[in-house]
Amino acid sequence: MTSVQLEVLLQTIISGIFLGGLYALLAIGMTLIMGVMKIINLAHGELMMVGMYIAYALFSFFKIDPYIAVFIAAPVLFGLGVLLQKFLINPVMKVDSILPENQVILTVGIGMVLANLATIFFSSDYRSTPVTYATKAWYISDFWKDSPLELSISLPWSVSFFFAILITAVLWFFLTKTDLGKSIRATAQDNDAALLMGVNVMRMRMLTFGLGSSLVGAAGCLFLPIYYLFPDIGGQFTLIAFVITILGGLGSTVGAILGGLVLGVFESLTATYVGMGWAPVGRFIIFIAVLIFIPGGIVSLFKK
Amino acid sequence: MKKIAPTLIVAAIAVLPLLGLSTYILHVLILTIMWSVIGMAWNLLGGFCGQVSFGHAAFFGVGAYTSGILYNKFGISAWWGMPASIGVVAVFALFIGFITLRLRGPFFALGTLAVGVILRVTAENLPDVTEGNLGIMIRERSWVDKTWYFYIILTLAVLVFLLVKKVVGSRLGYYFVAIREDQDAAESLGINTTYYKTIALCLSAVITGLAGAFYTNYMGYIDPKVVFALHDISIVVIMVVMVGGVATFWGPVVGSAIMVLLAELIRSIPMLGAAHLTFFGVLLIVIIIFLPNGIIGDIPKLKRLLGIRKNL
Repeated sequence: MTSVQLEVLLQTIISGIFLGGLYALLAIGMTLIMGVMKIINLAHGELMMVGMYIAYALFSFFKIDPYIAVFIAAPVLFGLGVLLQKFLINPVMKVDSILPENQVILTVGIGMVLANLATIFFSSDYRSTPVTYATKAWYISDFWKDSPLELSISLPWSVSFFFAILITAVLWFFLTKTDLGKSIRATAQDNDAALLMGVNVMRMRMLTFGLGSSLVGAAGCLFLPIYYLFPDIGGQFTLIAFVITILGGLGSTVGAILGGLVLGVFESLTATYVGMGWAPVGRFIIFIAVLIFIPGGIVSLFKK
Repeated sequence: MKKIAPTLIVAAIAVLPLLGLSTYILHVLILTIMWSVIGMAWNLLGGFCGQVSFGHAAFFGVGAYTSGILYNKFGISAWWGMPASIGVVAVFALFIGFITLRLRGPFFALGTLAVGVILRVTAENLPDVTEGNLGIMIRERSWVDKTWYFYIILTLAVLVFLLVKKVVGSRLGYYFVAIREDQDAAESLGINTTYYKTIALCLSAVITGLAGAFYTNYMGYIDPKVVFALHDISIVVIMVVMVGGVATFWGPVVGSAIMVLLAELIRSIPMLGAAHLTFFGVLLIVIIIFLPNGIIGDIPKLKRLLGIRKNL
């Protein structure tokens, strides 16, 4: 392998890890909702799209940087999530019907409405936020003069990745060290037992849906300086989040982080060595392969 | 009365083209019948057998492309695609079933969803076979007039309706319902659940594929984004069945009439055209919350809501 090939490979892996960090944030939100509520939220990507449009609107009207918009979009999405859970998802969980998948289909409906409303308000044009640092990058040679390899690291990617790690760390602290976080985890482990221990399960569900939504909204803001934005962007991210939760192991936060990184690196490798258009195929081949060969996800491999 | 009602309805629909309807109305009717065919197919698998598929566009698309590729690569009439699609889609469904039918509930739903997306991306990336995003155009149309298309799809719909009724009334149908109600219990009673689920999937897929092959012939143009569409096909077919009535014979027919008319109505109002998915989404949400078994399935509930009581 020549040094140029090695550089391309390393460069690909680095950008894969950065992508994976953001994917992980996306998937943690979904896995939390899945663990506590036992439903698959197919409107997850659309909630991210809402977060992105909030950040986009803040940027174009008030010149607020997308990274600062995280602190506005996340609480807004939290409220939206709580409302959705309280007025739409909860009533359906009580209704009796032939098909148990009604809740999943309901979230599809919610996603459709959100995506369509975004089209009406913002039109279906592709948009991006022209931040001044969009094309800036770090170079290895800036720090290490005689480095044998020359790697460049995009500034917005690394900042987004840093934010993603920060948010994940705060979330981890919240879930493991605070009473509220422990109650959420208790509800995820055993609904009835949590109820018997005096946990307000209904409230935990609402909180979790809100928390999951705000996480994915934050992820949306972090994606904004890097990605184009259009109303139908949500669907593909719903699928990515779902693939990662399956890959990592259902309801497992650690699994979501690992799964996100694995998928990010894998997609980055496919894009470099097979072709951009094939990345989604690779994603779903992973998905189906995981379902067949390691149905418990990556986490189950460690438990053995 | 109940026995001859279906015959009367079919006869009433069959004379419609003789009334000299405009091409547009005929087009809406053809779409309605086509969607009820796909709805019945989905209902066989999702409603009766309980395997909710989010990827019926995959079967629709494979059927459509069988027709399109036969015409485009082999130069024979795209109508051969209809018989050919039966074999192609059946083999394809066996393969898909082998992978996805080991999954249950929501996981099956998302597995099939993934299959639909994989096929779309594959079709986009294989221009040598499928012409990629350019799509396939059927340059020689069989008829300019839509009457024949109408009768062909009507015949298909009647055959499918009879088939579904036959299957559901048979031992096979009871197995399907048993699997839907409790798969483990069905298994413990000696029903080979994987085998019967595969049968349900293949039947459902083949019917959907036939509708896809018809679509190629009727519309004369296909591309991956249209025939493998997630929202415009896979989700719409679920809506057709959910709105009409899950696990009912007439549900898909009623559902497709409502959905197609609603779509055309919204599209014809210029201000609302862009918002048609919002209407669909809201309709879906309302139906799921208030009429979880669809219009036909919840007739008693509807009557109660409207204040009509049956006189006993």
